[in-house]
Amino acid sequence: MTTTPPTSTHPRTTGRPARILLARSGRVSVAFRSRSLWVCAGLLVTTLVIAVLSLGTGDFVISPSNVLRTLFGDGATKDTFIIHTLRLPRLLTAVLVGIALGIGGTLFQSLSRNPLGSPDIIGFNTGAATGALFVILVFHGTANQTAVGSLIGGVATALLVYVLAITRGVHGYRLILVGIGVAAILTSVNAYLMTRAGLRDAQGAMVWLTGSLNGRSWEHVRPITLALVLLVPVALWLGRDLRFLELGDDTAGALGLKAERTRLLAVLVGVGLTALATASAGPIGFIALSAPQVARRLTGVPGPNVVPSALTGAVLLAAADLAAQRIFAPTQLPVGVMTGAIGGVYLAWLLSREWRKRRG
Amino acid sequence: MSTAPPADPDRRHNTRRVGLLVLAAVVLLVLMLISIAVGSKSISLGTVITEILHPTDSEDGIIIRSSRLPRTLLGLAVGIALGAAGALMQSLTRNPLADPGILGVNAGASVAVVGSISLFGLTDPSAYVWFALFGAAVASVLVYVLGSGGRAAATPVRLALAGAAISAALGAVVSGIVLLDRAAFDQFRFWSVGSLAGRPLEVLTELLPFLAAGSVIAVALARPLNALALGEDAGRALGASPTRTRVLGVLAVTLLCGASVAAVGPIGFVGLTVPHIARGITGPDQRWVIPYSMVLAPVLLLASDILGRIIARPHEIEVGIVTALVGAPVFILIARRNRMAAL
Repeated sequence: MTTTPPTSTHPRTTGRPARILLARSGRVSVAFRSRSLWVCAGLLVTTLVIAVLSLGTGDFVISPSNVLRTLFGDGATKDTFIIHTLRLPRLLTAVLVGIALGIGGTLFQSLSRNPLGSPDIIGFNTGAATGALFVILVFHGTANQTAVGSLIGGVATALLVYVLAITRGVHGYRLILVGIGVAAILTSVNAYLMTRAGLRDAQGAMVWLTGSLNGRSWEHVRPITLALVLLVPVALWLGRDLRFLELGDDTAGALGLKAERTRLLAVLVGVGLTALATASAGPIGFIALSAPQVARRLTGVPGPNVVPSALTGAVLLAAADLAAQRIFAPTQLPVGVMTGAIGGVYLAWLLSREWRKRRG
Repeated sequence: MSTAPPADPDRRHNTRRVGLLVLAAVVLLVLMLISIAVGSKSISLGTVITEILHPTDSEDGIIIRSSRLPRTLLGLAVGIALGAAGALMQSLTRNPLADPGILGVNAGASVAVVGSISLFGLTDPSAYVWFALFGAAVASVLVYVLGSGGRAAATPVRLALAGAAISAALGAVVSGIVLLDRAAFDQFRFWSVGSLAGRPLEVLTELLPFLAAGSVIAVALARPLNALALGEDAGRALGASPTRTRVLGVLAVTLLCGASVAAVGPIGFVGLTVPHIARGITGPDQRWVIPYSMVLAPVLLLASDILGRIIARPHEIEVGIVTALVGAPVFILIARRNRMAAL
C-alpha cells in the first residue's frame, strides 16, 4: 500500500480531556468539541470586527456606529451609497472567496494528507491563471470572459491532475507530485505568454495573476453565494467521511465507507469551490494552504476542520484586503500581495512557535 | 567499517554503473558539440571541431566563440550545479519533492534581483549576479533556521512547509514591487523565464568559483549523507555529524542554486527530475546518485536548450520553458509508476 503516514505535525492536545457536546435529534447526532465551538465563535466575531472596520475606512471615513446603523437600514444617504454600492460587495466577495478557499484547501489537504496538497500547490491556481492569460493576452477578452477562461483552465487542470494521479486509486503523495509536475508545465506556459505579450497587456495580466478584489460589485457576489449555498452542505457532510478516510482505507472500509467515491466527491467539491473563488478574485495564493493549517492549530483537532477553516479563510482574506487597501494608500495593491506576505509570515511564525515549544 | 550501505557482493554491478556513467558523459559531450552547431545559423559539426581545435577568424569561428561556446559552457556549468543541488536537497531533506523552487531559494534570488533592478536600475545579468546570490543565501538560511527550530532535527515536512511559507512571503514582495514598477516588471518577466541566451562569458567566469566550491562540497557529502540515510543515531555511530552535514549541505545548495539562478534565471525541474532518474539507475547510494545527477542534469539542460532552438526556428524558446515541458512529463511518469515514498 502506498498510503503515506499523516505527515502533518499534530499539535499536542491539552492535558485535560476534551469536552464534547452531543446534540441528538432523531437519527442525526452531532458531536462538537467545545474548543472548536469557541474557536468558531471567536473567528466569527473577528470577521465582523474586520467587516465593520473595512466598511468604515477608505477615502471617506465612516464611524463604526454609523456603519452599523447603515447596515441595519438606518444610515445617511451618502453612507448608504458608499457602503451598499462600493464597499459591501467588495467585503462580501472577500469573505465568500475566503470561505471557499478555506474549505477547498481543507478538503484537498485531507485527501492528500499533506499540507502541501492544497490547490495552490498542486497546479490548480496555475491552471486557472493559464486559462485567464490565454483570454487576456491571446484573445483580448473582457473581464467576464477572463473569469470563464480561468474557470475552464482551473477545472481542466484539476481533472487532468486527478486523472494522471489515478493508478488503482489516488494516493496523497502521487496527487501532490503529479500536481507539481503539471503546475510546472503551466507555469512555464504562463511565463512564455508573459514574455510574448506587449508590456501593457502583460501588466494587466500580472494584476489578475496576483489576485485582486478591486472594483468588485454585486455581480461578483451572486455567483459565489450560489455556489457556496450548494457546495458547503456537501463539504460539511464530506468532512466526517474524510476524517474516517484519514485513518486509512481499510479502517474506513470497515466503517462502511466507499473510499474512492468519497475521494472523487471531495475532489469535485474542492475543485468547484476553488474554481469559483478564482473566477471571482483571481488566483489568490496561500489562503487555501494556510487557512486549514491555522484552523487545525486553533482547534487542536486533526483532520478536516471544515467550518473553522472556512471562517479562518474569511478572516485572513478580509484582513488582507483591508491591509492591501490601506497600507500603501492611495496606491491600491492587489490583495494577493498581502495574502502572500501576511499568510507567509504568519505561517512561518506559527510553525516556529510550535516547533520551539516542543523543545521543553 | 564502511560508512556506505553494504558493499555490493557483485562487482559487475559497479562495472555497470561506471559504464553507464561513461556513456552518459559521452552523450553529454556530443550534446555540447550539437549545441555549438545548432542555431539560427547552422554550423557543421566538422567545422565546430576544427574551430575549437584551431580557432580562426572566419564568420563561423566568431559566432562559435562569441555566442555558442559561452552559451554551451554556461549550460554545462548550470546543469552540473542544478543536478548536484537537486540530489543534495532531496537527500538532505529526505524529501522527493525538494528542489530549489520548493525550498525558497529561487524566491530569495528573485526578490533580490527584482529589488536590485527596481532600486538601482541594474539591467545587466552580471550586475545582479551578486544580489541573486545574496538573496538565495538569505532565503535558504531562513528556511533552514525556521525548519530546524527547536531541538528536533529539520524534518522533510518542516523544511517543505518553511520553504512554502517563505516563498509565499517573498513571492508577494516580488509581485508587489513588479506591480508598482513598470520598468522592473519588463526586465523581470524576461529574467524569470530562465534562458541561457545572450550571457557573456564573464558571467560564467565570475560564477565559476561558487559553482566549483558547491560541487566539491556536494561530492564530499556523499558518504555522510549515506550514513545519515540510516537514521540519525546510526549515522552518528558511523561518524557522520548530522548538524555539520546539514550546514555544509545548505551551504553547497546555496552556492550552487544561487549562482545558477543568478546566471540564467530560475530554471525549474532539472534539479527535481534528474535525481529521481539517477536513483532509478543507481539505487540510493549517494556516492553514485550525486555524480550521476551531475552528468544527467547538463544532458537534460543542453538537450532542452537545443530543442528550444530547433522547434521555433529562426526564433527560440527559452530553456526554462523547455525543461519544464520535457522534465515535467518524465517526472509525472515516474510519480505514477513508482511508489516514491519519503526518502
